[in-house]
Amino acid sequence: MSTRKEPGTGFSRRGFLQGSGVTGSALGLLEQDAQAQSLAGGKAVGPAEVPVTLNVNGKDMKLSVEPRETLLDVLRTRADLTGAKRVCDRGTCGACTMIVSGRVAYACSILAIDAVGKKIETIESLTAGSKPHPVVPAFVNHDAQQCGYCTPGFVMAAKGFLDKNPNPTYEQVKAGLGGNLCRCGTYVGVRQAVLEAAKSIKA
Amino acid sequence: MQAFEYASPKGLKEAVAMLGPDAALLAGGTDLISLMKDYVVSPKRVVSIRNIKELGGISGKSGGVRIGAAVTFDELLSSSAIRAYPALIQAAQGVSSPQIRNVGTVGGDLCQRPRCWYFRQGRGLLAMHNGKSLVEGGENKYHAIFSSGPAKFVSASSLGPALIALGAKIGVTGASGSRSVDAAKFFVEPKSESEREIALAPNEIVTEVVLPAAGSLRSGTYEVREKQALDWPLVTCSVAMGSDWTRVVLGHVAPVPYHAEAASKMAGASGAKMTDGDIQKVAEAAVAGAKPLSQNAYKVHLAKVAVARAFQAARG
Amino acid sequence: MAEYTWPAMEKRRVVGKRISRLDGPAKSSGKAKYPSDLNPSNILYGAILTSPHPHAKVKFIDTSAAESMKGVTSVRVVAPAGTEIQWAGAELAFVAADKETIARDAIRAIKVDYEVLPHLVREEDLAKAGARAKAAGEQVSGDPEKAFTESAATVEGFYGIPVITHCCLEPHGQTIQWQGDKIEYWPSTQNVSGVGGDLARGLQIPVANVSVHMDYMGGGFGSKFPSDIWGRESAQMSKASGGRPVKLFLDRATELTIAGVRPSAYANVKVSASADGTITGWQSESWATGGIGGGGMAPIPYVFTGIPNKRMNHTAVSLNAGGARAWRAPNHPQASFITCSALEDLAAKLKMDPTDLFLKNLAYTSRADVYRSQIAKAMEMIDWKKNWHPRGEGPLDGRMRRGLGMGIATWGGAGHASECRVNIHPDGGVEIELGSQDIGTGTRTAIAMVVAEMLGLDHTMVKVKIGENSFPPSGASGGSTTIGGVSSSSLKAATDALQKLMEVASASLGTSADQLEATDSTIRVKGDPSKSLSWKQACQKLGTRTISETGKNDPKNPGGLNTQGVGGIQMADCSVDMDTGVVRVNKVVAVQDCGLVVNPKTAESQVYGAMIMSVCAALIEERVMDEMTGRVMNADMEFYKLAGIADIGEMQVHMDITPEHDKRGVIGLGEPCAIGGVASLANAVANAIGVRVPTVPLTPDKVLKALYGDKLGMVRA
Repeated sequence: MSTRKEPGTGFSRRGFLQGSGVTGSALGLLEQDAQAQSLAGGKAVGPAEVPVTLNVNGKDMKLSVEPRETLLDVLRTRADLTGAKRVCDRGTCGACTMIVSGRVAYACSILAIDAVGKKIETIESLTAGSKPHPVVPAFVNHDAQQCGYCTPGFVMAAKGFLDKNPNPTYEQVKAGLGGNLCRCGTYVGVRQAVLEAAKSIKA
Repeated sequence: MQAFEYASPKGLKEAVAMLGPDAALLAGGTDLISLMKDYVVSPKRVVSIRNIKELGGISGKSGGVRIGAAVTFDELLSSSAIRAYPALIQAAQGVSSPQIRNVGTVGGDLCQRPRCWYFRQGRGLLAMHNGKSLVEGGENKYHAIFSSGPAKFVSASSLGPALIALGAKIGVTGASGSRSVDAAKFFVEPKSESEREIALAPNEIVTEVVLPAAGSLRSGTYEVREKQALDWPLVTCSVAMGSDWTRVVLGHVAPVPYHAEAASKMAGASGAKMTDGDIQKVAEAAVAGAKPLSQNAYKVHLAKVAVARAFQAARG
Repeated sequence: MAEYTWPAMEKRRVVGKRISRLDGPAKSSGKAKYPSDLNPSNILYGAILTSPHPHAKVKFIDTSAAESMKGVTSVRVVAPAGTEIQWAGAELAFVAADKETIARDAIRAIKVDYEVLPHLVREEDLAKAGARAKAAGEQVSGDPEKAFTESAATVEGFYGIPVITHCCLEPHGQTIQWQGDKIEYWPSTQNVSGVGGDLARGLQIPVANVSVHMDYMGGGFGSKFPSDIWGRESAQMSKASGGRPVKLFLDRATELTIAGVRPSAYANVKVSASADGTITGWQSESWATGGIGGGGMAPIPYVFTGIPNKRMNHTAVSLNAGGARAWRAPNHPQASFITCSALEDLAAKLKMDPTDLFLKNLAYTSRADVYRSQIAKAMEMIDWKKNWHPRGEGPLDGRMRRGLGMGIATWGGAGHASECRVNIHPDGGVEIELGSQDIGTGTRTAIAMVVAEMLGLDHTMVKVKIGENSFPPSGASGGSTTIGGVSSSSLKAATDALQKLMEVASASLGTSADQLEATDSTIRVKGDPSKSLSWKQACQKLGTRTISETGKNDPKNPGGLNTQGVGGIQMADCSVDMDTGVVRVNKVVAVQDCGLVVNPKTAESQVYGAMIMSVCAALIEERVMDEMTGRVMNADMEFYKLAGIADIGEMQVHMDITPEHDKRGVIGLGEPCAIGGVASLANAVANAIGVRVPTVPLTPDKVLKALYGDKLGMVRA
């Protein structure tokens, strides 16, 4: 038993319900394609809100977005996927890192509407199964977090890095996580965590 | 960000038809989204090129290589087709964030706006205030050491210097058809606030970059930056050497990638055979005429070092 | 009256063990909910209009267009016509709207006219400060002039460290809801027990009407104690909307412009020594800014306060720039950098190994023995004897020249006032409640470990509840006071609660409470382990009653549980590219004393973090002010540079855990380890390249200038 793994889910314990315009949907691939097609048609949409379907963590989500809204803001505020953080908000610090079409990307610099039809993975997907993705416990074991605000971005960057580099060297880890910043200074733990995660993924 | 309408056309023609003075082209978004958030640009329409297949792909073309404008840095670096162009590979590797390499595109790199902090704070490309250059009187540590006019920003393009050194051509399509521009002529130094830093009309799209046949080409890029993690270079240099020519192009020293013609000429046909002493002379020639600002004389020195090290890289 | 003591070092089963932080899984999976992550229903988003001018008078402000925008619920002007603005980024108006995009549109629709006034935003050249400079008066002891005349060696140097910002990754801000007469307040704060009162005072409502909730916060470093104008205004906008929650967090540019800075420090220093390296005299003219109020005075000479002949003058410079807030070890990193740089320069002049010079003068410090052993340990870790060479004579690898340097630190770190309640329930459950916060240091985990230790339980068997101002009050997390405070109050509460449980259990075990001990999740008779009750069985004896005991740490009388006063040594090994001036860190080591170490694992993390922050400040980090526009030029994370994972070199931490340190009790750690790093790196670079680079950060422009002077950048026409 662990003491309060999730200290305070904040609002829920006070019945403070989070609002979200998201509805789960069984929208099929064809229909989703059709939506991408219609967006891809010669016509411009917006600037008012546009209905879109985003494929997030393997599920289709119907959302209404202004073209100017970023993937990060939309998922944080309307899908309550708040693991990814808004920090620099200019594609530099990596706190918003998601995996889009199989590759790590800064969600603060992607328009939500431009992500229609793409497979989007957020940090929440790493603990959706019965066991967390090995990167998560590796970060815990090596204390690769302090305030923790950059951590989800680092974890996703590490996951995306290991997907492409299953046998990384120490030097590759340093180069492979060059797109993320931490203020508390957790890099020593992060380096070790990524190497450990590589080993446990193979084990 | 101001509100805008969005389109994601499937064909190039369709995309061109949707462009205009009030529209912006969206590729990887690594620059445009930030520019819009800072209200530096506020297009009424954003045209995404993500569904335009003809802008992708890397393939052989007349002995050389064609790189689609929508090819990402990551795709570029994963391609075996560009192995004969180390200057380009090394330049692309300088972007040390996987997140940017995964979405940032070749075309976007060429068209990205300067990082000049006055420009980014909405003071215009030339950053003039009451007839005075804010850059000259202010914080100019990262600014130009070569400039023939009022523009003091530096071209932000990572690939530009290498492409110019390699003699690449840039394919552009507009309403009246397609044209091919020498990479060296694609970048221009704006003389007034109404001009831009690239030779692209508002309704034109960069479609491809074409590298000439490599032949016995030798090339290399050297970049000086403060951080090893993601950071903008202080100075870069790309050098390419053919059988009877050499091109030395500096990056982040001028409003355009700066072709150091005197240095190129001096190295000429003997680029690959130069001694360290010769390289030193070429490096000196490369910075001849530099006019550093109040805080960036060090970039003149760095430029010389970068030239020498780019030659070393090119010689392998 | 129970006796409150730490169990003997060798008998501890939990405290002192390397335990992974309890909230690690929540943080590493993205499940941890920070105040900026909250999405309550019916939420409003706030935005702020700030001044583009560093010094101006508001002539006219028109909000009508913003007010009439669809989706806008509030527009509140906080700088009406006539207000004098003293820095760019100062707040002018607040807006709340249904969507963040709308709030930002509304901000841009507000029209303001200014009368622009003259400004000053840079201070490194004191001569340009004019009337904005205020001398603080001279301090003299002994006869410095005589010391300088009679000494074998005197060096004079100029040293400077610029303003840096906190750059908290979670910006300042809050989610807040004012409904009826009650305020629910979710701030990102270092001050759970106190920030509600601060807000209440600002709003002139009873403190008891504000409920503060905060489970996680994304970095503070000293800048997140007050409720701030954005807290008060957001509350007002919530009230005005009839009680809808308002979320407002600063955008990055505003965060870097107005949410706090560390003051700069510049100094002309003269220091002398006799031929054997004994320091004989010190003279300094220092100046600094912390914004409009001046402020920031580095205590120099640092650590070596016993230097006999001294003359110090300090000047505070008032700038039109965002104000200072406490920054991890206020004024100490600056003082350490200036002092250690001057001493390293003195050692170089004497052709001494700087460690010898430091050792020679330890009598001038207040903890000579601690520093002596720490210097020895750090030298061993970095292999100083083998790797150190006289200045400029380090080995050259290609064009990379290597050098070593050291820096020194001291700090107090006594525990703050803290109250803690421990509840033991009849089902065996243990709850610990205190109005504290975990700002990333591992406070939550440390509290669990202390209580588990005292109750003889595993640390996973106790539940720590912090982050509510309804819990017993605990001090703000600043000045390295938290661990001492919360560990002492939890130890006392746990001791008392256990005593109550033993009184109940003693009847069943046929003995008196004083004959019992708690260990391995049992309550048993001392010396007769066969007579025992499991923890659960013992708690069942409570029937329906819950034991609830409160422990207090009184800073005036910590009772030996916590104390203050530590030393630390950091050493750095750098290589400098002699052609480009680029500095690369090879290795940094830290030896840090902090008394009794509750959790070495998280303690080491804090030290690593501080070392990395030092790499930033020494090599790349500074706030760039532009005198032309009066603006922060790098209010972003591209040009406000923080080290990335590849930039920090290898790092090694040695927590100075010894019986002597341990018996002093718990001492705070956050500040002391954040002090000596900049000095060590700056000294390593001076040692490598053979000359002093006067000001940090040691960027290529400055390193090259130090190496080549005016010849730098000369070009043929």
